[in-house]
Amino acid sequence: MAGVIKEFRLPDLGEGLTESEIVNWHVAVGDTVELNQIIADVETAKAVVELPSPYAGVIAELHEQPGTVVEVGAPLVSFEVAGPAGAPPSTGSAASGGDTGAPAKREPNLVGYGAAVEKGGRPERRARRFASQLSGGANPAGGSALPGLAERAGSAPMIEAVPAVPARPAVEAAPALAALESAGPPATPVRTISGERPRSTPPVRKLARDLGIGLEGVPGTGPGGLITRDDVLAAAQQTSASDGAGGSVAPASVIPSPATITPAGAQDTARETRTPIKGMRKHTAAAMVASAFTAPHVTEFLTIDVTPTMELIGRVKESRAFAGVRITPLTIVAKALCIALQRNPTLNSRWDEAAGDIVQFNYVNLGIAAATPRGLLVPNIKDAQELSLLELAGALTGLTERARAGKTGPADLSGGTISITNIGVFGIDAGTPILNPGEAAILAMGAVRRMPWEYQGQIALRSVMTLSLSFDHRLVDGEQGSRFLADIGAILADPGMVLTMV
Amino acid sequence: MALKNIESVPGGPGEPGSGLIQLITADGVRVPEPAYDALVADIDGAALQGLYEDMVVVRRIDSEATALQRQGELALWPPLLGQEAAQIGSGRALRSDDFVFSSYRENAVAYCRGVDLTDILRVWRGNASSGWDPYAINMATPQVIIGAQALHATGYAMGILNDGDDAVAVTYFGDGATSQGDVNEAMVFAASFQAPVIFFCQNNHWAISEPVGLQAHVPIANRAPGFGIPSVRVDGNDVLACLAVTRQALARARSGGGPTFIEAVTYRMGPHTTADDPTRYRDANELEDWAAKDPLKRLEAHLDSLGLFDEAFTAAVKAKADAVAAELRAGCLGMPEPAPSDVFKHVYSTPNSWLDRQQDHYERYLSSFADSASSDGSS
Repeated sequence: MAGVIKEFRLPDLGEGLTESEIVNWHVAVGDTVELNQIIADVETAKAVVELPSPYAGVIAELHEQPGTVVEVGAPLVSFEVAGPAGAPPSTGSAASGGDTGAPAKREPNLVGYGAAVEKGGRPERRARRFASQLSGGANPAGGSALPGLAERAGSAPMIEAVPAVPARPAVEAAPALAALESAGPPATPVRTISGERPRSTPPVRKLARDLGIGLEGVPGTGPGGLITRDDVLAAAQQTSASDGAGGSVAPASVIPSPATITPAGAQDTARETRTPIKGMRKHTAAAMVASAFTAPHVTEFLTIDVTPTMELIGRVKESRAFAGVRITPLTIVAKALCIALQRNPTLNSRWDEAAGDIVQFNYVNLGIAAATPRGLLVPNIKDAQELSLLELAGALTGLTERARAGKTGPADLSGGTISITNIGVFGIDAGTPILNPGEAAILAMGAVRRMPWEYQGQIALRSVMTLSLSFDHRLVDGEQGSRFLADIGAILADPGMVLTMV
Repeated sequence: MALKNIESVPGGPGEPGSGLIQLITADGVRVPEPAYDALVADIDGAALQGLYEDMVVVRRIDSEATALQRQGELALWPPLLGQEAAQIGSGRALRSDDFVFSSYRENAVAYCRGVDLTDILRVWRGNASSGWDPYAINMATPQVIIGAQALHATGYAMGILNDGDDAVAVTYFGDGATSQGDVNEAMVFAASFQAPVIFFCQNNHWAISEPVGLQAHVPIANRAPGFGIPSVRVDGNDVLACLAVTRQALARARSGGGPTFIEAVTYRMGPHTTADDPTRYRDANELEDWAAKDPLKRLEAHLDSLGLFDEAFTAAVKAKADAVAAELRAGCLGMPEPAPSDVFKHVYSTPNSWLDRQQDHYERYLSSFADSASSDGSS
């Protein structure tokens, strides 16, 4: 069965959105999908939404990878569907069809946005009838020109009149432009339509004017060759770069030309990528700066032989009660932290500058730093102090799965009181973690390594781990921080020591 | 200032002694309600099955339209998920000469009125300024201005009084609209003129992102008596109870008893519209609580207890829903593009020289552009 390839372009999923990010695909190339089967999760500025398949067929190509931001209207996925090319996608659609030619011209992904931008610049007009009346006298068509328009046409130049010489608006010939370098070889203008003003938008025109950039020389990358803000900024960057190289200011009479965009300049931009600071990255950065510059951080390290803990994990895994449950060093560290907190409660507190209070939490909402496709998240386990080891293991698994699936909710992220970051999974031993804002302590657990270690008076290969604890020195003194870290270490070095603590 | 949650106020929905009219519990058990049982005595097994089919079909219309929006075929869609019983129960109580003035979420009511499925989608596809001829189905096209339709309904009901007819105007709006001046003004006029109008408020608990407790510290139905309008609170997820209270209000209006305010306590299980993300402001636990009170599930359970929920029935309902969804999709995709001059249609009911002049100017303006063939040739 020879199928037909149908391309699905990213629609506007909200009201007036211009782009969306692919969070993940639920399908792979070669998968057979049904109509309305969920094929992807897409994050817009407003929501994460599920994308239902518009066709029944086989996935022929996924045009974009998870994590990429896709412009509305860009190809997203191609389907191979059965049936003739002109047929509408779903069953029975032909009933009210009949306009087999029309669907090809229509762009259903841009509902509400009118017709597609024409590629050849502005729409062309026929010569107005009153124009021929003015130039040729008699009007054979006999159309009655509106009086108002006729007056206007008589007193002002007509907009259709095309100057023979490319005319640039006066504002863009301002002296500031004189600074532009014209060292490169003369090149033909990008736009050859004489008299056509370069396509752009008013704010971008103003930006270009402010920066002294002539829009004639700027290649437009927007729809239909529209010159965007980025295009102008790129041109401005190249101009200043070539200015620096030239070192001389050209005479005021030099007319800026597209030649200012030199091949060398193009190479320069390819060596760097600029990403706007926004979204998750911006949020994370603000939180880190706020934390690092308000809470005086102290970091302490402790390296311990965790062989008994690793043996304990092995035994627990084999026990019937824990069948099928994921138990890792993180599970034990989380439990040990909760036990140690009971003995050192100051580590579980918050500095409330506004109220002038220290808030002592009598519960533990244990945050776990997670690297997710959307960036760093620290969801927390509510009332972790109440949980048994089994419950804690379940909570950790749930938290991880939700984070990985991008489904961490606002409730998961708020109200944390202390955090753990597991840098060991990346093979790292120790670090100086920055506090999750509003919390008094964060514990980084390093990788478990087989290392030569002193054991019963001899050197033996043991499982060794380094713990790094950062705490807020406003709230926690060295003594309390050290005792807390030592308690956790004692439990991991000999889980039986819990008996002396609870 | 701590915000009171209406659910914790005595008399909140779902609590014993809350005055909430309920005929079928969330578990599907038929419970006696002496004042209302007689009003639905004629609803036999087959009629219950019909109501169930309606709810399944409108839920399917809703999910298909949501999918069409995600596929770029509709600009926007306001889902009614969770509110099927309130809309079907009240919609099926109406006579064909009654007149409905709704908001934009009453697509199930429109379905009851017999609207052409494609017409429901026209506005949301951006293909028309309004979807259907209101007089063809005696339902005005959806009102997007919050609460404005309450005034329209009251005015229409005052017209019914002048005509000496026994039809009734019914207006649908949400909990948020009760804070609008229009709804309150409409209630003043309705009470003053004893107009035959029903104010059907679907309290779906969320005015976009604002919980109902923010604007109502007492049950919303308690406001109506202040205007001199009798009110009733009904379990909006119980289709039979919604049918019963609507019938009671219709009988009152037809017999000269004036307006009634119905508060159907239900829940918007989906987003406000397809452009909204309720997880940003709503606790997932709340959704879970209401999922347990799902209007379809409880009627399923009730029909099952009557032995009326067999495979043949469910297969027939599914086939009907599939057919409706296919018709909806085909109608959406096959909708012809409107002509530019269509914008002048349906503005005035009678010829208007000013509008004709504007249309003439606009058409001449359009014809001043080169046609597409010559444009392609020159570029």
